Parts: sequence; C-alpha cells; structure tokens
Amino acid sequence: MEKLPFYHALKVVENVCIGCTHCMNVCPTKAIRVKSGIADIDKYACVDCGECLKACPVNAIIVEQDDFNQIFSFKQRVALLPTVLLGQFPDDITEEQIYSVIHDMGFTHVFEVDEAVDLLIEGTKEYMRKHTQMRPFISSFCPAVVRLIQVRFPSLVENIVRLKPVVDISSQFYRKKLVDEGFKNEEIGIFYITPCAAKIASVKSPVGEEELLIDGVINMDFIYNKVMLSLKKANKEKDAISNHRHLSKTSIEWSLTNGEASQYSGRCLAIDEIHNVIAFLDKLENEEITDVDFLELRACDRSCAGGVLSTENRFLAVERLSKRAKKDIKQQKETEEIYTTYRPYLLDNMAISEIEPRSILSLDSDMMIAMDKMKKIQRIMKVLPGIDCGACGAPKCKVLAEDIVQGKAKMTQCVFLQKMLTKEELITPQESFDISEGTWGKERFEKKTIKNR
Amino acid sequence: MDFKFDIEGGNFSKAGTASSDVKKVLKKLNVDPKLIKRIVVSIYEAEVNVVAHAYEGEMNVSIFPEKIIVRIVDKGPGIPDIELAMQKGYSTASPEVREMGFGAGMGLPNIKKNTNELNIKSEVGVGTEVELINYLN
Repeated sequence: MEKLPFYHALKVVENVCIGCTHCMNVCPTKAIRVKSGIADIDKYACVDCGECLKACPVNAIIVEQDDFNQIFSFKQRVALLPTVLLGQFPDDITEEQIYSVIHDMGFTHVFEVDEAVDLLIEGTKEYMRKHTQMRPFISSFCPAVVRLIQVRFPSLVENIVRLKPVVDISSQFYRKKLVDEGFKNEEIGIFYITPCAAKIASVKSPVGEEELLIDGVINMDFIYNKVMLSLKKANKEKDAISNHRHLSKTSIEWSLTNGEASQYSGRCLAIDEIHNVIAFLDKLENEEITDVDFLELRACDRSCAGGVLSTENRFLAVERLSKRAKKDIKQQKETEEIYTTYRPYLLDNMAISEIEPRSILSLDSDMMIAMDKMKKIQRIMKVLPGIDCGACGAPKCKVLAEDIVQGKAKMTQCVFLQKMLTKEELITPQESFDISEGTWGKERFEKKTIKNR
Repeated sequence: MDFKFDIEGGNFSKAGTASSDVKKVLKKLNVDPKLIKRIVVSIYEAEVNVVAHAYEGEMNVSIFPEKIIVRIVDKGPGIPDIELAMQKGYSTASPEVREMGFGAGMGLPNIKKNTNELNIKSEVGVGTEVELINYLN
C-alpha cells in the first residue's frame, strides 16, 4: 500500500452533491468551499472528523472503504473489531452469533481491538512518569483530534502522548502471534472494522508511525448490514465460536467517553464532541486552564458510539455496552499470552515518533508577507457585509477575505458586492449572473432541475 | 501593524477574550508557536489583572518585523509600590476575586518570566500601563 501524506476517507460524490452549504457551515476547520455547485474539501485542512457527512442532507459525502474481496488475497484473514460494533445490534442477537457470521464472511480469525487496553494503560502510566514536564497529557486515541491539534493548535502537539493507539498495538500483537504460530508474515492480512472516517485516514497515513500495521479497512455499517442480513436469512441458531473470549470492563468501556480518563490518577478530564474539544483546547493553549493531568479528547459525541459509521442510536449503543461491561468475567491475566509472552515485545514497540505541527492558520510563512496579507484582509472586511450568508461559496465573510488574499477567490463572488457593482454600472447584470453561476453551477439557476430534486 | 482590544473590568467570565484574539492574529502571522504561547500566557495574566483590579482597560498590540509590543492600559486604582507587586505571592486581590481562583500573587512575576522586557508605569488613583516586549529572534 502506498503511503500518502494526507489520506482522507471522506469523499464528495459529485453527481449526488447539491452544493447546499450544510457541510461547509459545520466544518470545524473551515476546509469546505462550494465551487461550481459542488462541495470541495481542502485536503490540508480536513481532519476527517465526519461532521460534514453527518450534516449532508442527501448523503453526498461518503466514507471510502477498501474492496471487501481484497481480504481473500491473504491466507490468514484477521478481522479486528471495535468494541462499539457489538453495541450496534439488538439485544436478542448474541455476541457468539455476530462472531460466527463474521467468520462465515471469510475471516479466519476474529479479534477485538480493545484486548490490548491494559497494556496501553501500563505503557501510558510509564510514559507519564518519564515525561512529567509534558503535562497535561493529551491522549492519542482519536485520530481526528490528533489532526485537529496539528492543524489548529500546533503549540499543543508536544502534549500528545506519543504511544500507539490501541488498534495498532492489537494489530501488532495478532500479527506477531500468528507469525509465531508458523504463518508467514505476507500471508497475514489484518483488517480493521472502523466506526469512523478518521480511523481510516490514520490507518492509511499514520501520524508519527513509519510502517502500516493494518492491511485494509472495512466500514462498520457494511459489516452491520452483512451480519443482519445473514442472521435474518439463516433464521437459525449459529454455532457458538468456542475460542471467543469476554473482554474486561476496562476494555469494553475504553472507546466510550471516560474510558481512558477513568484509568489514570490526578486530574483527568474526558471531553467528547469536536466543538467542545476545540473550546477546551483554546483555553488550554492560553493556559487559562492549568493543573490538568490527563485529557481524553474525542471528536464524536459519546465517543466512538457516535462515530459516523455507527448504525445504532449512540445512547442505546452506550447503554448496551455498559451492560456488557457489567458482565465482566474475571480474566486470568497470568495465563493470557498477551500479558505473558508478548508483554515485553508490545511495550517495547509502543512508542511513536514526534508528531509534526502543520498549521493551516498562518497566512504566509514569511511574517512580513503575512502582515501585508492581514492588512488586505482588514480592508476587504470593511466592504464585506459580515452576515456570513455563504452565498459566495465560503462559510464566512472572513474566510472569503482570506481566500481572496490567497488568490483562491474573487471579491465579486460576494453577492452584496455584485449588487453594488451592478448598481454603479461597474459590471453588467450578465457578468454578475455569470459569477454566481461559477460558484453555484448552471443547474442551480434552472428552475427545479437541481439533481432532479 | 496595530490592533486594539477592549477589556471589561470586573467581568471574569470574559477574562481571556482579548488574549485569545491576539493569539488568533499571531497564528495568522506565522509567529513561532512557542513564542505565541509565551506571549499569550503573559498577556492573559495582564488581562486578568485589569479585570480583577481596574474599571476598564484596553490591550494594544503592535507588531514589527523584529518585535511584538503589547501595551495594556487601564483606568483603575494604580499600583502604589511596583517593586512589592513584582514579588511572588504578593497580592491585593479581594477575597471574592481569590474565591474565583485568581489573585495568588503570581500575575506580574509570571509575566516577567514569560517576556523579554517588561515596563510598568502606574499612577495611584488613575491607572496602570503595562508594556510587554518580545523579540522575534
């Protein structure tokens, strides 16, 4: 697999997009503009949080996934399940049935990613002891948050705990285990079932990691549909999978809100939903908030239960998983391979390298030029209406002003300015009309023909 | 290049907004994130001082190719003994202010720690002017 610097799983399906500005207005990094009537995502600014997908009224934004059949190019096909998957199904479907269907789909091994959580906790505690000056520690759990910090809060990148997220540790564990069992490394294909777009992006272009640990990603809603379909068709009891293991309470709750923050000592906060995270990071960056030890920050409301690829209502999913966690069946850690044979190997390979800031905020790398641009923006802002109507194809007047200064947009895209210029006969009504067509596409101005809606 | 932000005396819920606005400007200008952090931390302290002690104030930011000057000017009681105010732990904050988690007597010492040059002018009964200069290289 080719390593791309900014892989994004979120894609705009152009023939479905109606260029309605919903996604543009909710994007937390202002990465979206409407051009020729279609949403356009800036790959440098996008953090794959999925807010645009949630806001799209016509499902024109999708999460691109790998072709399922590619699993068959490997002899050993490992499915890594996120714990939230099991919270998606109605109560009458058992864990064993779900596991069994996933096996039937063609996987030779089915594991849950959160199995390695206890090791990560151990590694994190050690990391925090060694790097006390890096307080407050920010979890590397949510890839959308890591990317958000890189682009919007560059001064906080060094606070991110430089350890692999649990999915990567699990993937390393299972690969090593299978190799030790006698399988060839190239025969093993590890596939992660993802609840969100950000995890895909981080699998395809990991931050702070050299190698790709996962061979492919499959969307959670796809698996959900497969399982439901198979169970409805079969309409019979599936054989229970004998080697299926129960996860600990800590593992089950890991991807839910407060799953991490509840594990460490000191002042630990759990914050979910990306706007809440941004508001908090703003204050943290100014040191208006001090004296915090650990921050669990997640882009989705109710953490992974609210991922864009979850099918069940997130509150119901959380309730089910909490019930499952209560069934905590005492594991005998001493007899488990992950803690005996593989513990030193996994702890040794847990670190990731430095996370690079890549600010999208600066107007120019040269401060003098940036200052000139800022002066221009101030001048432009004086003539823009300041109502953030979005009719220019940018989410805010301020953003349009920046785009103009950066040569990405024209003053005349503003509909207010178009009217003024037309009145003063500086442009003809036809010219004004042509500019609007450029932003919104020809179809938009033909009555009732917008994608036949 | 100059910017001006108002500070409201006594309104702790708004304390920090001027500093946040300055931060946004500095990020746009591609100032080194570490320097931004130092500047914002120190001007936040200065902003809180205005909120806690003065009636009203303003934050003036002047950006030059080689330095950034922030002047925080307030109308307020003034500082009778600047040397004393510079001492760690010295505070004249009211019990109400302390209850809100401010007034630990670390404001001015913290500013001094985070800034290249600190100048304070004050007239009792009139107000205080705090000037912070940070060099870019």
